[in-house]
Amino acid sequence: MNGRDTLRKMRPVFVFALIGVIFMFTAPYVLQLFTIINLTTAIALAVLALSLALVWGFGGILCFGQVAFFGLGAYAYTIAAINFGGSTWAILVAIMVASAFAALLGYFVFFGRVSDVYLGVITLTVTLIFFSLIRRTSGPEYTIGKALMGGFNGITSPPLNLPWDAGSFLFPEHVFYVAMAALILCYVFCGWLVTTHFGRVCVGIRENELRAELLGYDSRLYKLGIFTISAGIAAIGGVLFCNGVGRITPDVFNLYNAALTIIWVIVGGRGTLIGPIVATFGLFYLTSALGGQSLFNNNLVLGIILIFFVLLVPKGLAPTVTDWFTRRRKPRRAAGRRRRAARRTGATEA
Amino acid sequence: MDLVVAVLFQLVYGIANLALISLGLAIIFGMMRVINLAHGEFLMLGGYTVVVATNAGVNIWVAMLILAPLVVGIIGVIVERLLIRWLYGRMVDTLLATWGLSLLLIGLVTSIFGASTATTISPPLGIIRIGDYSASGYELFLVGVTIALFIAVYATLKLTKLGLVARGTMQNPEMSSALGVSTTRVYMITFGLGAAVTGLAGGLLAPVTGVLPTIGATYIAKAFITVISGGASILAGTASGSVLLGGINGIFSFLTGPTIGEVALLVAAILLLRLMPRGITGRFFRKSL
Repeated sequence: MNGRDTLRKMRPVFVFALIGVIFMFTAPYVLQLFTIINLTTAIALAVLALSLALVWGFGGILCFGQVAFFGLGAYAYTIAAINFGGSTWAILVAIMVASAFAALLGYFVFFGRVSDVYLGVITLTVTLIFFSLIRRTSGPEYTIGKALMGGFNGITSPPLNLPWDAGSFLFPEHVFYVAMAALILCYVFCGWLVTTHFGRVCVGIRENELRAELLGYDSRLYKLGIFTISAGIAAIGGVLFCNGVGRITPDVFNLYNAALTIIWVIVGGRGTLIGPIVATFGLFYLTSALGGQSLFNNNLVLGIILIFFVLLVPKGLAPTVTDWFTRRRKPRRAAGRRRRAARRTGATEA
Repeated sequence: MDLVVAVLFQLVYGIANLALISLGLAIIFGMMRVINLAHGEFLMLGGYTVVVATNAGVNIWVAMLILAPLVVGIIGVIVERLLIRWLYGRMVDTLLATWGLSLLLIGLVTSIFGASTATTISPPLGIIRIGDYSASGYELFLVGVTIALFIAVYATLKLTKLGLVARGTMQNPEMSSALGVSTTRVYMITFGLGAAVTGLAGGLLAPVTGVLPTIGATYIAKAFITVISGGASILAGTASGSVLLGGINGIFSFLTGPTIGEVALLVAAILLLRLMPRGITGRFFRKSL
């Protein structure tokens, strides 16, 4: 595909990215600091949703344990930042650790040709084992370098600092800029990735794995590739998350958060990138609002949302909305074509 | 010598525990190809049934052995009618819908009973002595119940008409329905029975673990990994998966502590799936139940 074609295909991506940039520069002037700090957390979660949207929506890989890479990234960042005394290399370490773990796990599941449903269950199990493993590290003997694991209470995350200048920490409003910029960059990267040859082969494998293999593509390698990349993106989300919240606890690995990630993508729509991001923001504010009252339990509402979408809106919101628009626009366009055609034929007759 | 017996008993108990929590899941998965992500919550509901019933003055044995499977079995049938039957043949959607159900049940139980532990009940039966060591009599009882449950499921599948019809439906649903079997009813009963076995397991474990709305999460990882490692056959799969993974877990826990034990269990399961993607019974004991 040539450059112009790629740009044309990516036009919607750039439109949404531009909206993001505008939001990024106006929000700190309009919103209060508290809201901005809250937003940073939501942005971190949106990056997580984006990573799952990529691996599930485009790779067709049912990863129920995307939070494992997210949490692993957050833990790796925190531990590395404490040990290095600065965040510059810690971010890189976080991405590397999560991707390396995903590559290792992916090797076993993809090269073992484990089917998609099993894959979901295995990734979920890995997540839950992380949860119980890190929860038990609550003694002074559990340290990695200078970092105390802290078990159930987790670790306080050192804030981000300017590159190669460990003394100058970023303030919460600056972390917001960093988070928003990271989200936009990750979004554009994913949007670009799915237009590349690699991305289109991944979609081909999602649609029909056997056919892709018969055409000569090694589906195991492509799946491993997209799985590893998405784990790296999830780790970026994890780094932002522990900066937004200020600490990282084993709770990131729990079943509730794993379910939440799935719900964002289901609600937003599989096969789109912007849908899950928007759904994350929406549901983040919904669950925050629900946390403020005690009539309806959070789990109850999310369970109902998940069942509702699986049974009645299986495609998710973004594709449903786009379908609706194209269906509305199509008749008008067809009518226009017919009018033009009629005018042409009328002209020849005259 | 006494130490060896005591350690062996712990090992056997660990295996039986794994088999007990996995059997209901294996029945539903083996017969219907449905992975029930609300499995942990069915266990939790069994536990709550026992706690509520004993607090209301019901004999603990009646509550554990009769009420828990009955209540959860009925819930299972309702769930199958309202939710699962729309999604047969769509494994991923079933998985997601049952996950929604899992959240729903956690939320419901939290709203009714609160998020903290409901009044706990202490395990009946005293301790038994093995020389200088002691073991819980209740754990021995659980091992016995697990074995009895396996025999009961085997007998049901092998000797009764329902078992024959169910096995036929499992092998070839179209042919069974052509021969006049109501496959929807078979699925409903199977799901109900699987839920009942799960409820029984949850009820039996309630005195050991206590009950919490979120306790399901502590079971499901182990149950899933056991069933998947075991493969498609219900009894042979669950038994071989439990023996292998429970054995590894027990040995590593004895040597290094419970944390490493669980990690060893998981690593063993992933290595196993690399070698045998269809589980143990995908390669060995293929013809077994």
